[in-house]
Amino acid sequence: MSAEVGQFALILALLLALVQSTAPLWGAWRGDGTLMALGRAAARLQAGFVILAFGCLAYAFVTCDFSVALVANHAHTAQPTPYRFAATWGNHEGSLLLWVLILVIFGGAVATFGGALRETLQARVLGIQGIIGAAFLSFLLFTSNPFLRLSPAPLEGRELNPLLQDPGLVMHPPMLYLGYVGFSMAFCFAVAALIEGRVDAAWARWVRPWVLAAWVPLTLGITLGSAWAYYELGWGGWWFWDPVENASLMPWILGTALLHSALVLERRGALVSWTILLAILTFSLSLVGTFLVRSGILTSVHAFAVDPERGVYILAIIGATTGLSLALYAWRAQALRPGAFFTPVSREGGIILNNLFLSVLCAVVFWGTFQPVFIELMAGDKISVGPPFYARTFVPIAAPLLVLVVLGPMVNWKRDSLRQALRRVRVPLALAAVVLLVSLVLGGFKGVIAAGGLALAAWLVAGAGAILGRRWWAGRAYLGRAIRTTPRAIVGLTLAHAGLGLLVLGITAVTAWETDKVVSMRPGDTVAFAGRTLTLAALENVNGPNYEARRARFTVTGQGAPFTLSSERRFFPSAQTQTTEAGIHVRPLGNLYVSVGEESPAGVVVRLWDHPLIVWIWLGGFTMALGGAVSLSDRRLRLGAAVKAPALAQPMAAE
Amino acid sequence: MKRVLFLAPIALFVVVLVVFFVGLRRDPSALPSALIDKPVPAFILPPLRPEDSRGFAATDLGGEPMLVNVYASWCGPCKLEHPMLMRLKREGVIIHGVDWKDTREAGYGFLAERGDPFVRVGSDQSGRTGIDLGVAGAPETFVIDKAGKVRYRHIGAISIEDWEQKIGPLLQRLRAES
Repeated sequence: MSAEVGQFALILALLLALVQSTAPLWGAWRGDGTLMALGRAAARLQAGFVILAFGCLAYAFVTCDFSVALVANHAHTAQPTPYRFAATWGNHEGSLLLWVLILVIFGGAVATFGGALRETLQARVLGIQGIIGAAFLSFLLFTSNPFLRLSPAPLEGRELNPLLQDPGLVMHPPMLYLGYVGFSMAFCFAVAALIEGRVDAAWARWVRPWVLAAWVPLTLGITLGSAWAYYELGWGGWWFWDPVENASLMPWILGTALLHSALVLERRGALVSWTILLAILTFSLSLVGTFLVRSGILTSVHAFAVDPERGVYILAIIGATTGLSLALYAWRAQALRPGAFFTPVSREGGIILNNLFLSVLCAVVFWGTFQPVFIELMAGDKISVGPPFYARTFVPIAAPLLVLVVLGPMVNWKRDSLRQALRRVRVPLALAAVVLLVSLVLGGFKGVIAAGGLALAAWLVAGAGAILGRRWWAGRAYLGRAIRTTPRAIVGLTLAHAGLGLLVLGITAVTAWETDKVVSMRPGDTVAFAGRTLTLAALENVNGPNYEARRARFTVTGQGAPFTLSSERRFFPSAQTQTTEAGIHVRPLGNLYVSVGEESPAGVVVRLWDHPLIVWIWLGGFTMALGGAVSLSDRRLRLGAAVKAPALAQPMAAE
Repeated sequence: MKRVLFLAPIALFVVVLVVFFVGLRRDPSALPSALIDKPVPAFILPPLRPEDSRGFAATDLGGEPMLVNVYASWCGPCKLEHPMLMRLKREGVIIHGVDWKDTREAGYGFLAERGDPFVRVGSDQSGRTGIDLGVAGAPETFVIDKAGKVRYRHIGAISIEDWEQKIGPLLQRLRAES
């Protein structure tokens, strides 16, 4: 029954999306309040029906209703319930439904809480949003219906890919989708502004929280994904420049640029057309992210639904949304006048530099990801780019950007002098210089790049601290009050930039000092590695809920208290696949990573890694996301609250 | 001038869209090889496994139908493909390996850790032999017939379907050829 209810709910949602994509746009054009109200009602109802449909699918998964083809293909009774629930979005159809679910919830939110917006702007935003919703709902219903029945129903289902049965992965796709779909809101606002031909304070105040609300989960999602790849895939790495990883990185980079340029737009009314272009491109890249995973245009580790027909459909959606909005941009963006004046050395100027670097970085990743496709078409030859490409291109461009990150918040809006700005960062600069010298001397002048990376990390963390330090120093007479009254946006900024520093620290340390060793061991054997001694204490069979495993237990001594570590190879009989569960000893100063391989008469193959400071990569990512969240909780950004303030309600950078 | 600036995004986008569309129409794993039905160009690769006295050379091809698998330790899909190769080895398929654009330690570590499906395996550290073979990326697998000619080129990891529908039946046919 639940599958039919879900099916009908989706059909109704599609019909409502069609209403939402026409009525408010028409109403805004004609100035018809009834039609605009109809759009709001459609958005709210549509959200209700999609929530119902998603609930039905989740119910079918949790109760193992194998008469639904999707459930039969992706769930198994032996799977623990949380993973059966997560299996709802662990497949193509379900993940698209999740995508649409988030989209319509956001749409419902704009319809319900967007009362402070100009009515025509709200209506146009909803209209654009309805078009995207209709496109994806029809994609879902016509090419990848999650509710198809299977007759006769099998007694047992096929399992979710065992690699995906992991707590990290339960949260990873919803986070990414929150990010991707969150950028759709900025996109809708951008297109609505182009249609309206004006951008005002209310517009900017609304867009920035949406961008931030998309950026935070995307950051979190990418970080979780990286951590998952590290401990679950058993490859001992944290980033592989895989096309699908790049697909989430590209909207992140451009979204970061958007976050900063929207700040200029909000505060100074400048960079209007650039911000709109960024909003369009960021969402397009989010769509490309979906497209990449689904189409099979590139062969990738993650591509679990390779199907050209679906790819063509998504490509049509990308072509239509991006193409039309860019055409609209070419036609209308000139009408949006540039805002307030500023000199090159100013906060605005710094953010323009930031945007330039980020755009180039995004272009580099885009080129690296799609180069095989382009070259193939031009030269008829297939080539591949691996991590070396990114080491040569991405890193040299990212480094100067990271140097600038500290200077940005130290420069005043509108106009400033470089000498003054440099004076403000003398403490972080001195610290970074000390770190550079010390690591050069300790490293024997060999690891110049590593020393540079460490100095950069120190520069970023100290520079972020200096933002708060300067503020509190200035208010030191009433220190308690100065600390209490620090706006959360500033705390968020500090956290995010410091997180970037931690990320650089982790990446530098792992890249420069990672060591590994492959040995063959029998029970009782010992091996010395990275200042520690490992003994293979036992090699045993263990049974999990839906797998059988061969577990190797190690005792490790040296460098602190002894501990035990185990790694296992799991075999999932119903999925007929094998996974490696690495044993990881996590410490702030470094991880010891053990992964077992094939067994032979000579013993079991054991691969050991020493990953110095690697956890800081993810702690850095989480700190950045936390910074974004703290910033989002700032009173000034709270949806609706700020726009109601009378002083800000006048049009700012419009016509 | 300004007009052109605002038109640039859409113009670039159209180019990208066309490329994507054409790219999508092609099956990325069904590219014909320039070498189909031709003998493999001569190559001699140094050994990868420390215990081997010689690596893998063009003269090793032929006699029986076989597979040549190009892999690398840095390549993600290779790791996913690996259990499939181990299964084929158990089923008695002859597979030779080329460790492509990879250091010997890493390439050997990959096999030592996960199992070694290869009869012969050579180390193509510079990627030079890869160019001769027209390798686009790892993993890639060539099907070689009894005469030592390339009969099929598979790009990307071999899935169960690829084996059951394409490569397996082809090997059967090649075994029946005289």
